[in-house]
Amino acid sequence: MFDFLEGYDVLGAFWMTVKLTVLSALGSLVWGTLLAAMRVSPVPLMRGFGTAYVNFVRNIPLTVIIVFTSLGLADIFGMTMGASDDFDTQGFRLAVLGLAAYTAAFVCEAIRSGINTVPVGQAEAARAIGLSFRQVLSLIVLPQALRSVIGPLANVLIALTKNTTVAAAIGVAEAALLMKEMIENEAQTLAIGAVFALGFVVLTLPTGLILGWLSKRLAVKR
Amino acid sequence: MTSILYDTPGPRAKRRNVVFSVVFFVLLALFLWWIWQTMDEKGQLRWALWKPFTESQAWTTYLLPGLANTLKAAALAMVIALPLGAFFGISRLSDHRWVRGPAGVVVEFFRAIPVLLLMLFANEFYDRYTNVTSEQRPLYAVITGLVLYNASVLAEIVRAGILSLPKGQSEAAMAVGLRKGQTMTNVLLPQAVTAMLPAIVSQLVVIVKDTALGGVMIGFTELLNTRGTLAANYANVVQSFVVVAVLYILLNFILTSFASWLEGRLRRSKKSTGAVLGEDTVEMNPAAVRGAFGTGENTGGGGGGAF
Repeated sequence: MFDFLEGYDVLGAFWMTVKLTVLSALGSLVWGTLLAAMRVSPVPLMRGFGTAYVNFVRNIPLTVIIVFTSLGLADIFGMTMGASDDFDTQGFRLAVLGLAAYTAAFVCEAIRSGINTVPVGQAEAARAIGLSFRQVLSLIVLPQALRSVIGPLANVLIALTKNTTVAAAIGVAEAALLMKEMIENEAQTLAIGAVFALGFVVLTLPTGLILGWLSKRLAVKR
Repeated sequence: MTSILYDTPGPRAKRRNVVFSVVFFVLLALFLWWIWQTMDEKGQLRWALWKPFTESQAWTTYLLPGLANTLKAAALAMVIALPLGAFFGISRLSDHRWVRGPAGVVVEFFRAIPVLLLMLFANEFYDRYTNVTSEQRPLYAVITGLVLYNASVLAEIVRAGILSLPKGQSEAAMAVGLRKGQTMTNVLLPQAVTAMLPAIVSQLVVIVKDTALGGVMIGFTELLNTRGTLAANYANVVQSFVVVAVLYILLNFILTSFASWLEGRLRRSKKSTGAVLGEDTVEMNPAAVRGAFGTGENTGGGGGGAF
C-alpha cells in the first residue's frame, strides 16, 4: 500500500529539513544572542539598533525574506554564497542565511525575556554584598536567566523546524517541496499528506518533550 | 536607570559608554555605507527603478489588488480561527475525558505540522474532491491551512489564559451557584481575554505573514505574488521587495497598535470584567502568561506561535 513512495527520496528530503534546521538554529543562536546583548546593553545606540532590527524583521513574512535572498541577494547583488555554479548548494545556503536572520529576532526576544524574569532584587543584593559586575553576571544573573530561557528557546526551535518548509519557495529540495511534487503526481492524496505530517510530528514532538522536561527540571523555584 | 544587569552609571561607566557608542556608530555607518555603495554599483539607486511607486498605476494594477487579497485571506482566516480556537481551547479544559482527549489530539496534531504542508494538502484536496473553481481554489486552500494551524495555536493560548487565572475565580463562581457553562462565559473568559490579548495578537500577525506562503507556493494572488508581476513589468526586483516589506511592516504595526489600544481599554474598564480584574491581571499577567507560554508544559510550538 506504500508503493506510492517508490521513486521518491522521502528520507532524503527530511534529512535536508534537519540540516536546514540545525544550521539555521546555530546561526540564529549566535546572531540572536548578540542582538539580545545589544538590547540589554547600557549603550542607547546599541539598544536602538537591536530594537529596530527585531521589530522590522519580526513583522516581515519569512517568505518575503527567503524569496529575496534568492531573487535579490543572489540574482541582483551576486551574493552566491561561494557556490555560483551549483544552484542547489547556493539555494541551501541562502535559505540558511534567511532563516537565521529571521529566527535571530525571536531568539533575541526569548533571551531578553529570560533575563527579565530574574528579579532586580537578585542583582541588587549581589551588588550590596560587593560582587563585581562580572561576578554579578556570571554567578547570579546568567545562571538564573539561562534556565528560564530553555523553554522559550525550545519553542523557537520547534517553530524553526516548521519554518524550514518555506525554503521550498526557492527550490531547496526539502520535505515540503517533495510533498508538493508527490501530491500533484500521485493519486493517494491522503496517504501522502499523512506521511509528511507524521514526519514533522516525529521531528517536533521529541524536541518539545525533551526540552520541556529539561526546562521544568531546571526551572528556578521562586 | 537601574536594570538587572547594571547600576546607574558613574563617571567612568559613562565615559566607557560614550566610547562604545562611538565605535558602534562607526561600524553601523560603515555597514550602511557599504550597502549604499553596493546598491549604487549595481545601479539599484537609479530613480527610474523607484519612480513607478510614486505613480498610481503600479499601485492600482499590482500592489493594491494584492494587498486586498492578503487582507481578505487574513481577515477570513482570523474570523474563522478565533472562535474555533476558543472552542478547542475550552474543550481541552472539559471535565469529560471524551471531550478533552480528542480535542487535545486535534490541537497537538495540527500544531506540529507546518502551515505550508496544510496549504499544499488543502489545495490538492479541493482540486480532487470538491468542485471549487480553480480561481477560488488558492484562496480556499490558504484560508483552510491558516485556520487549521492557527486555530490549534489559539486553542493553546486560550487554554493557558484560562489556566493562568487564580483558582478562586472558578471556586467563587461555583460557590454562588453558577453552572460550568456560566462560569466559563461570565467569569473566566472575560478575565482571560485581557491576559491572552498580547499572545492572540502576535498570532494574528502570524496569520497576516503566512498569507505570503500561498502567494509563492500555490499561486494565490496576494501581495508577494503581485510583486512578482510588478517586478517583471518594471524590472525593479529590489525596489519592489523594499516596498512590499514596508507594506507588511505597516500592516502588522497597525494591527499591534490597535491591539495595545484595545488591551489598555479592556484593562481600564471595570464594567466588563469586575473590579478584581484590574489588580489581578496587572499583577498576574506578565509572570503568569510567561510561565504558561515559556516554561510551562508546552510540548509543541505554542509559545513559538509568534512565527
